[in-house]
Amino acid sequence: MNDSEGATPQLELRGITKAYPGCLANDHIDLKIMPGEIHALLGENGAGKSTLVKIIYGVLEADEGEIFWAGNSVTIPNPHSARKIGIGMVFQHFSLFEAMTVTENIALGMSGRQDMKALERDIIEISNSYGLPLEPNRQVYTLSVGEKQRIEIVRCLLQNPKLLIMDEPTSVLTPQEADKMFETLRRLSHEGVSILYISHKLDEIKALCHKATILRGGKYISECDPTKETAKSLAEMMIGTDLHAPEHHEKPDSGPVRLKVSNLSINADAEFGVDLNAINFEVRSGEIFGIAGVAGNGQIELLSALSGETTCSDAEAITLDGEHIGRLGPNPRRDLGLAFVPEDRLGHGSVPEMMLTENAFLSGYSRMALLNSGFINNGSTAEYAKEIVGKFDVRTPGIYHTASSLSGGNLQKFIVGREVLQKPDVIIIAHPTWGVDAGAAAFIHQTLIDLAEAGAAIVVISQDLDELFAISNRIAVIAEGRLSVARNLNEISVEEIGVLMGGTHETAEKAEALNAI
Amino acid sequence: MLFKIEKRPEPSKSMVYLTPIIALALTVLCSIILFEVLGVNPIEALYQFFIAPLNTTYEFSELFVKATPLMLCAIGLSVGFRANVWNIGAEGQLTMGAIVGSSLFIYFPETDSVFLLPAMIILGAVGGAAWAAIPAFFKTRFNANEILTSLMLVYVALLLLSLLIHGPWRDPAGFNFPESQTFSESADMPILIAGTRMHFGTLLALFAVLGAWVMMARTLIGFQVKVIGEAPRAGGYAGFSQKKIIWFSLLFAGALAGVAGLSEVSGPIDQVVPSISPGYGFTAIIVAFLGRLHPVGIFFASLLMALTYLGGETAQINLGLPVAVTGVFQGMVLFFLLACDVLVHYRFRLNIARKAIS
Repeated sequence: MNDSEGATPQLELRGITKAYPGCLANDHIDLKIMPGEIHALLGENGAGKSTLVKIIYGVLEADEGEIFWAGNSVTIPNPHSARKIGIGMVFQHFSLFEAMTVTENIALGMSGRQDMKALERDIIEISNSYGLPLEPNRQVYTLSVGEKQRIEIVRCLLQNPKLLIMDEPTSVLTPQEADKMFETLRRLSHEGVSILYISHKLDEIKALCHKATILRGGKYISECDPTKETAKSLAEMMIGTDLHAPEHHEKPDSGPVRLKVSNLSINADAEFGVDLNAINFEVRSGEIFGIAGVAGNGQIELLSALSGETTCSDAEAITLDGEHIGRLGPNPRRDLGLAFVPEDRLGHGSVPEMMLTENAFLSGYSRMALLNSGFINNGSTAEYAKEIVGKFDVRTPGIYHTASSLSGGNLQKFIVGREVLQKPDVIIIAHPTWGVDAGAAAFIHQTLIDLAEAGAAIVVISQDLDELFAISNRIAVIAEGRLSVARNLNEISVEEIGVLMGGTHETAEKAEALNAI
Repeated sequence: MLFKIEKRPEPSKSMVYLTPIIALALTVLCSIILFEVLGVNPIEALYQFFIAPLNTTYEFSELFVKATPLMLCAIGLSVGFRANVWNIGAEGQLTMGAIVGSSLFIYFPETDSVFLLPAMIILGAVGGAAWAAIPAFFKTRFNANEILTSLMLVYVALLLLSLLIHGPWRDPAGFNFPESQTFSESADMPILIAGTRMHFGTLLALFAVLGAWVMMARTLIGFQVKVIGEAPRAGGYAGFSQKKIIWFSLLFAGALAGVAGLSEVSGPIDQVVPSISPGYGFTAIIVAFLGRLHPVGIFFASLLMALTYLGGETAQINLGLPVAVTGVFQGMVLFFLLACDVLVHYRFRLNIARKAIS
């Protein structure tokens, strides 16, 4: 580290503001990174981390605020100029051509014509000196995820960056690979390269970073020294302690068990999928069961296992009102009284280019009897769609408009309404109020509570702890494909949930340990 | 740039119907230039192409003779295209339908049962469907690209036909010509209007148009096809099986193409010959898109494309234009149609700043 530079931050942001329609993604954010500093950017999903980073890397332009690079005010209109002044970025998902070699991929990502021989020498030199073993002539599809990430890092290092941005780099790595990467980052930091490290994994940040800036809901919350904080206090800052204590309705465990999941394990088939590992829980009639967790820890896989889009090999893994449904597909499950609302509204919960009537038919045709000896009953389908629009206050010019013409909140009301009007016995709902305005969110919450009081069992999968604390009776945390032991709401604190969300391997044991606190 | 392309907030409904017309207008415009370069009077050429073939009742009936196989193939293909199943091999399925369907007559030429023709039609459908089942199997089992497999199978089918017709199926009394014996009356498609070649196959094609219309608009399977094509994940959510739809749309298209092939050999051709179709199975792809993948649109598009076959022949006879003009014409229609389809999702904006300067 150069002392004379020590006084001027390598990068300084002042009052960065960026608004999207209907949401303030960054609200006057300040950030200072000194040369050689490993600086963590910490926050939940939706806290504004990615937006901020995209502004730094020139992918987005800020509405307000200033950027200073080594003390000078700069504008960064595009990633090319970001690279030019010495900002490199390693994205969470790689942009590599599988069928090409390491060298070819690196050459493609660099501006200008490359001398392949010289480039190969440079790659070997850099990969040796930073402990990033790479064989330049290997084809990318033969490499492990960790090796692929090394290509991205080497690609950045070849341009001699002064600031390296790492976006959730360990989310795709094994613990061993992650440890190796930390060594590299520490070495870079010694040489004076600043690193902006984005993550929500608390133990990682405590081990690696010198400073941490915490964002929540698009706002700058604080800057701290993570080594001096506890995981608890970091979680508190990240999640916020201003959660209103939920006034709780009724006894959770009075009704009969409606949905029981026992020892549900499924191996993910997608590349970035998460394996589900021995998941156990049960939900009783009248109960709202919350599943908290950071995105990408198995929520999508769990939802698709529960909905029947992925079937289990063991029929007894999922039991609905005493019936083993593990091997059934979505429609037989619906007929037995299960309903589900997926996370992705457009393209999963609805067909964007189809009309609301058709989207009502999509999941409702069987339970609502919209088929008339093989033919679609247009009359009753339209009535059903009208009923949804009317009862759930969906703002639309008419039921013959496409799902994609609705705003996010209205479409969510439509989808929730479609499922609730089918009078399900058990409903599984992911992110019920994601991107929905406050009024609609309150309405959806009320709907769920009413449904539970009428005797249904409800599973809510959400990242929004405010939401879970507001409506659920019991909460469990999913991390790395495992589900923690469920706890009654009055027995668990936000801090404990935060620690569980941070991801450790023995979530159940951890929960026990926390019990002792 | 004088113009700016920007995305429309919602796909334009009117453009969906306007683009085929714009594409046709551009095709006519380009063909005028083409004819001019070839040294033919463009007005005369267009007259020979589009008007002359329709002068008499007989010629008008010929339009339906040519449109029949196009309609059958295109209806089948359009269902697959709606489901994102890109069956390019209707020509091969048509050929196999003709082979399997006519095998009944070839091996039982003496039969004069009234059930001979219906059985041949059913076997034609089975033959076409069986040929289409091969890409369906490879697609669902190994995720093999159906564009490649169905296309390659076209050439296998054509060679199989050639093998049969140069060998076992050759008419013993046919002076060694590679042709089967001509079909008996009970194996022939009944003629609808005396004195023309318009045959029962046309009714089958019209029935396919109506059937597909009802199926796509009103039935669960049609709905599944649309959902799987538009948003496969929503299809999974609704409990629809993507594999089932792949099988269904390929078998459906294969069966219709098979019927088209059989209705050619037992209709206008009246025997099995080495070349059954002048590329109906490929032209049907253009027909399907020109008709906006909608059965009614396909009805009109197949008449139009049939006209280009007839017009090509007339122009060849009366003006001495090469037969390739038909292909060029059909190619241009598809080319302009695909280009114009940009207008459905995007619009052109005059660049105002530039306009002020000029």
